[in-house]
Formats: sequence, C-alpha cells, structure tokens
Amino acid sequence: MSDSKVDPNVDQSRRTWVAITCGAGAVAGVATAIPFVSTLTPSERAKAAGAPVEVDIADLKAGEKKTVEWRGKPVWIIKRTPEMLESLKKDEGDLADPQSKRNADDLTPAYARNQHRSIKPEILVAVGICSHLGCSPSDKFQAGAQPSLPDNWGGGFLCPCHGSTFDLAGRVFKNKPAPDNLQVPPHMYLSDTKLLIGEDKKA
Amino acid sequence: MAEFKVAPADAPVGVKLMTWVDNRFPATKMYKEHLSEYYAPKNFNFWYFFGSLALLVLVIQIVTGIFLVMHYKPDAALAFASVEYIMRDVPWGWLVRYMHSTGASAFFVVVYLHMFRGLLYGSYRSPRELVWIFGCAIFLCLMAEAFMGYLLPWGQMSYWGAQVIVNLFSAIPFVGPDLSLLIRGDYVVGDATLNRFFSFHVIAVPLILLGLVVAHIIALHEVGSNNPDGIEIKANKDANGIPLDGIPFHPYYSVHDIMGVAGFLTIFTAIIFFAPELGGYFLEYNNFIPADPLKTPPHIAPVWYFTPFYSMLRATTDDMVTVLCGIIGVAAVLTFLKGNIANPAKKVGVLVGAAVAIFLLKTFDAKFWGVIVMGASVVIMVFLPWLDRSPVKSIRYRPDWHKYVYAVFVVFFFILGWLGIEPPSAVKTLVSQVGTLFYFGFFLLMPWWSQQGTFKKVPDRVTFEAH
Repeated sequence: MSDSKVDPNVDQSRRTWVAITCGAGAVAGVATAIPFVSTLTPSERAKAAGAPVEVDIADLKAGEKKTVEWRGKPVWIIKRTPEMLESLKKDEGDLADPQSKRNADDLTPAYARNQHRSIKPEILVAVGICSHLGCSPSDKFQAGAQPSLPDNWGGGFLCPCHGSTFDLAGRVFKNKPAPDNLQVPPHMYLSDTKLLIGEDKKA
Repeated sequence: MAEFKVAPADAPVGVKLMTWVDNRFPATKMYKEHLSEYYAPKNFNFWYFFGSLALLVLVIQIVTGIFLVMHYKPDAALAFASVEYIMRDVPWGWLVRYMHSTGASAFFVVVYLHMFRGLLYGSYRSPRELVWIFGCAIFLCLMAEAFMGYLLPWGQMSYWGAQVIVNLFSAIPFVGPDLSLLIRGDYVVGDATLNRFFSFHVIAVPLILLGLVVAHIIALHEVGSNNPDGIEIKANKDANGIPLDGIPFHPYYSVHDIMGVAGFLTIFTAIIFFAPELGGYFLEYNNFIPADPLKTPPHIAPVWYFTPFYSMLRATTDDMVTVLCGIIGVAAVLTFLKGNIANPAKKVGVLVGAAVAIFLLKTFDAKFWGVIVMGASVVIMVFLPWLDRSPVKSIRYRPDWHKYVYAVFVVFFFILGWLGIEPPSAVKTLVSQVGTLFYFGFFLLMPWWSQQGTFKKVPDRVTFEAH
C-alpha cells in the first residue's frame, strides 16, 4: 500500500486488531453453528433402523402385488403373468432407459440389469417410490387406453403426483418428469418362496 | 436524546403520565409518526383494504396457533389423533382449529390481492423498492410457514406433500440428496421431520415473519404510501409541510379499514361455520386419512395457494427444456444480429452465455430445472421494480392494451392454479407449458413491452370525489 493513501488519523495497528477480532469472531460464529446444524442430520437411532426384511411369497398369485416396508419405504413384490412379461418387449421403444444403465450402481443391482429387471423373470422386486419426487406410484396393471395414460398402454404404474409412468419392470417412460427407473433393492432368495430384501449375496 | 419535559403542575393525570413515559420511551412520537400524523393519500380504494387485512389475519393465526399448541402433539404416533382430539374433545377446539386452517387460506387470498394491488398501481416503483422486496420476503416466509404447518396434522396429504416438496431439494445437482436428508433428519419423512417442522412453524418462521412485517411497515412509512393514481402526494405540500392530498391514517384510514375488516369477517366466519373445508380446497379430504408411508393417495395436489407455482414445476418436462433451449438460442441470435449493443465483445458474450445456458439445460435433468422454474416463478417478483420501465406507475395512465396484458396474465395465473389441482394429462400439460411461458414472458419481456404504446397524461393531484 502506498503511503499517500493512508489516512494519518487512522491508527493502523488498531485497525489491524479490529480486523483480527472480526475474523476470530466469525470463526467462533461458524464453529458454534456446526453443532446446531449437526443436530439436523439423521440421529444414531435413525441410522440404526433399516435391517433387511424377510418376505414369504408362497401365497403370491400371478398378476398380484404385495407391499412390504423396508427402511420406511414401500417395497413391491409382483408376480408377473406371461402376458405382462410380453408387454415389456413392446414397451422398449418408449422407455427412457430400457437397459437400466443410468445410475445402475444405485438403482439396479447387476443381477437385475435385464429386460425384466429381476432375478426370476416373473418376480419383480422394486422400491415403490417414484424417482421424481418420491411419491408412490399407483398400480395400472390393466392394459389399454384409460385416463392419464397413453392409448397403447401395456400395463405398469402411474405416479399420481406428476404423471410419470413406468412399465411392469419399473422402467420409466420417455419425456416424463421422473428421470430414472424405479430402484430394485438388493435382495436374494433364501428359498424358493422366501425373499430377503435389503441384502444380497455380495454382502 | 430528546429534551426532558416537565408537565405543568395543574395538568391532568393522563398528560402527566404520558410526559413521564415520553421522557423514557418515544410513545407519542411513534403514535404520531405511524398513525395520527402519517399522511396517506386520500384517494385509496377497496384495494387498500388488503394490507391491514393481512395484519389482521396474522394476528388471528398467532392467537389461534398459541391455543392449538396447547393441545397438539408433534409426534408421528400421536399427531393425527391429537388434531382429532382438538376437533372433538377440546371445548370449542373445533372453532380454534377451523379459524387457523381457514386463516391459512385467507392469508393467501388477502396477500395475493395485496400484491396484485401493487402490480396495478406500480407500488413497487422507486422509491418503494424495499417495501416491495420486504413484501416478497414475507410472501416466501408465508409459503414456508404454510407448507410446514400443513405437515402437522399428519394426514395423507400432509405426508405426501412434504415428501414431494422435500424431494424437490434432492434434485439440486451434487448436494441435493444430502440437503434433503438434512431437511428430513431421516431417510424418509418421519417423526424427526414432524418435530422440526413443528419447531419451525411455531417459532422460527413466525419470528422472521414478524421482523419482516415491521421492516415492511417502517419502509412504507419512510417513503409514504402510493395511491391508485401512482403520483407522489409529497410533491404538493401546504404551508405546514403536510401533503395537500394526504389525510392522517388515524382516524381516516383506521375507520376505513374497519369497514374492510367487517366485510372480511363476514366472509371469513361464513366459511368457518358453514364450509370450513370449502369443498376440499381449504382442507383436502385425503388429509382426513392418517399418513401411510406405503401408499400415496390416487390423486395428490398441494393446497390451492401453491398450485400456480406447482403447475409450472409439472410443466417442465424434457420437451419443455428443449423449447427453452430453442427460445434462448433464438433470443441470443436476434440480440447478436439486431440488438442495440455497440461492443462486439459483449455481442459474442451473449452468444457464449446462451451456449452455456443451453449446455447446462441439457446436462442436468428436467426434474432439476422444474425445481428452478418453480423457484424462479416466485423469486422473479423481487425484480419487478427494475423490470417495469413504464413512464407511469399506475395502470390508469397506461395504454389500454397494457390492461389486456395484465388480464391475460391473471387468467393464466388462474388456469395454472386450476391445472395444479387437476390430475396431469397430455393436453393439460401442454396448456400449463403455454401458461408457464406466458408467465415468464410477462416478467422477462416487461422491460420492453412496458415502454410501448401511448401513455395518458398523469394529473398533478390525485383524482378524488368526496362522498
């Protein structure tokens, strides 16, 4: 700084100390804010919840859906009929991400990266939460034209909040607010009719 | 400090008391500044009721809120039942609760009308920019207050509405998911969310709201009220420095406003007693079902006062983003070719800026842009003082076709509001997209269209007929 700009009436040493005090005060303010903001993050109890869930699907008939709660979210188990599986092929052209490539690590475990997005072709396990803003889509299994759905509807799900549509493998249709397919949670078969949701063989 | 005054020995007790107080607190000074010697234009019409009515509703909400908190339980397991307990078992609890729930909608009715008054008469124009900006901040607080309050009854609409709005934040790239986790305090909307929303609803936001209301009124009383003619009454003063067209707020407008209050309370109480749900618009039917995290109701919609903005969120699909890219591209090319910009570097800057905008629009999900569009639709109002370049303030002296522009704007606002309540369909989405483009066009093109046309002559004095 050139001397000509320094106001002779200003005690520079005091000004330096004022600046240092303000800086120290700001640091203290931020440090105090940290614990308060931290109280807003999930508590230890909330983190501990979320154990895997065991489901018996022996009584699930073809074309039926069962909903279980896992980590506070609805998980759907649907036994698809051969016609329903057939509709998946027809849908391919209208889907945003038919191969489940987007965010595959989070949404689709390796064993579900196929057309039917499941281990067994007929059994779909998916988290029933729309990838747009978290509503739970409604069942629209009936094929054909109906309100809020396209005329060539082959069966699937309609999100009541913003009109996103998903096919019977939870794959999102193009040009809808939802960007991603429904999440397939980690899951595995403990026996032919017992499913474990929340854990798979990798673990 | 003001000079220490001594009341004459034979003065009445009241005078002695006020002298004692005024030596210690500026009570009389404030009373004069804000009431008995605050000169407001004499030509106010019914549009000027809504400011004082907003204050009345604020008082109603605070008083009823205090009593509701005495019986309500902010616990996911108890909340729904505690609201039903207020409705059925607490003596007169139903009345207090209906006053509060109807008050919420009434608040938005009067505030929307209050804001529209500002739009009509250019009340946001210089020197009232800060009055307007404080007002916009109040509107934002009100939206936060209404949204968090709506979670408390813990019905299906409470739950899924909160789920949707909190998830809006998760659409923000990079920090979104962590941010929504921080808001919820859990991986799903749950007890932690309910508790913190209760805390924000009953103490944090109301404190900010009250502070902003005080700032809004202080700023207004500093510059003085605008009026339907949009002219400054301070330009014509009498020998005592009092505006010729001004009358003291008290008693003239305090009495005037009581008439507004009477009219308002007639409608308000009629709704409370005869139609507290108002056909599902003030209290949605699905909210009489306890929250179920496993099942979204077949049709969910926000309460009516959020729906115009919600429609714009829904309108932002991939196609809409492509249209926006097109508009930005065309606008940039036109500016480059025909724009009145001398500096060639700036011209190229416009093109580069547009290219960056289009790149960003195409990079992030339409979901994120929907959130941005919804946020922008509210925040854009803050910039109104600088968007409006019309040479006159009031709609009265603007070209007639400006009135039609405003009329179309209002119609689209209602249409967007109605569409936000309706379930989505292809045609309705298209209409909402047109509405969204008009809404933003109205504001963003205002610097251009508000200057066009033949303006009428503004009088020197306010137009007023004694009655």
